[in-house]
Amino acid sequence: MNDLIQYTLHLADNALILGHRNSEWTGHGPILEQDIALSNISLDLIGQARMLYQYAASLSGNGATEDSLAYLRTEREFLNCLLVEQPNGHWGNTIMRQFIFSAFQYGYYRELKSKKDVTLSAIAEKSLKEVTYHLQWSSEWVIRLGDGTEESHLRMQDALELVWPLVPELFRPEPYETRLAEAGVAVEPDKIETPVREKLTAVLTEASLSIPEDSGVWSGRSGKSGIHSEHLGYILSEMQYLQRAYPGCTW
Amino acid sequence: MKPQVDTIYGWLDAVKDPEVPVLSVTDLGIVRKVEWEDDRLIVTITPTYSGCPAMDVIAMEIRMVLLEKNIPNHEIRRQLSPAWTTDWMSQKGKDELKAYGIAPPTHSQSVCTPEAFQEEEAIQCPRCNSYHTSLISRFGSTACKALYKCEECREPFDYFKCH
Repeated sequence: MNDLIQYTLHLADNALILGHRNSEWTGHGPILEQDIALSNISLDLIGQARMLYQYAASLSGNGATEDSLAYLRTEREFLNCLLVEQPNGHWGNTIMRQFIFSAFQYGYYRELKSKKDVTLSAIAEKSLKEVTYHLQWSSEWVIRLGDGTEESHLRMQDALELVWPLVPELFRPEPYETRLAEAGVAVEPDKIETPVREKLTAVLTEASLSIPEDSGVWSGRSGKSGIHSEHLGYILSEMQYLQRAYPGCTW
Repeated sequence: MKPQVDTIYGWLDAVKDPEVPVLSVTDLGIVRKVEWEDDRLIVTITPTYSGCPAMDVIAMEIRMVLLEKNIPNHEIRRQLSPAWTTDWMSQKGKDELKAYGIAPPTHSQSVCTPEAFQEEEAIQCPRCNSYHTSLISRFGSTACKALYKCEECREPFDYFKCH
């Protein structure tokens, strides 16, 4: 598979898997307004994923469609980072995951919109406006809960410690990213590490949370190369059930 | 004979946003271009939000209007860049939104930043015109709206948020 297809799928899978995870909250949010907020964020992410899958399908030919790419690939073929596939946990876990990913995606799309691939940069330009809201909303919740009651503070600190080891992966480029970055098409994720971490630090500090120390150790196994945590398989088996059980089904 | 582009814009003004049925697709600013390429009519539209489910319905309704007007040879193209902004909404559209009970978007992109707890520009209540209003939720009944309440007349209302 060529680098550009792989890269586009990586971006699409990040958006789809987090969109799907968030949509698990629809109808179960703690209060109506926040249920709607998270459902709206899902809608934006799934919309971004659709644009990216449509582009990947047009690049791959062979009868690929946005649906076949979303519903008929296996875990090893999915190239999303590990953060987005983590379970929802309680509301604080979901908020923390969303905040870290939005801060990353905001920094990322800001770079991608001025890269050479016309379609990817247009999708980034479009999506950036939506991600701005996601980052604003999730920052506010991290601060509200982190700096809230003793109980909410403890839960947010736990939530942070749970996902913090997955942060370095966001900034480690895979070979396909490095090659495309040299061609001026892809973002070099290590280049955005400093501004993204500054944003994370600023909000987490305002939320009175202590930032865990980085262990400095990274196994090098990455969701971006298709090696996932056990959670992705469960997501796919639910998300892909209909297409697997009734191949070609449309509605 | 090929109808003039202005005439076609007039037809498209009858196509309404299914979620906000007072707003036409031309008022909304999502019709970016109408042009003839030889005998083929090209209508270029841009999405409001990436995941907006109304876009597919809108594209289908544009198709229906063109078929009704006997222009089977047409194509609806989607264009992402430049990204849609509420600054493209017409004054007529904003007036109609307000009359419908939805506060129209304010000008400028300056308020759309990722900073937490930023103050929005004061939003005017579409019912009693008071600026004494407050935000309930930045995400409303659709991706394009936020939920506000008026502190004077106590009515909650939708605000078509600046984007």
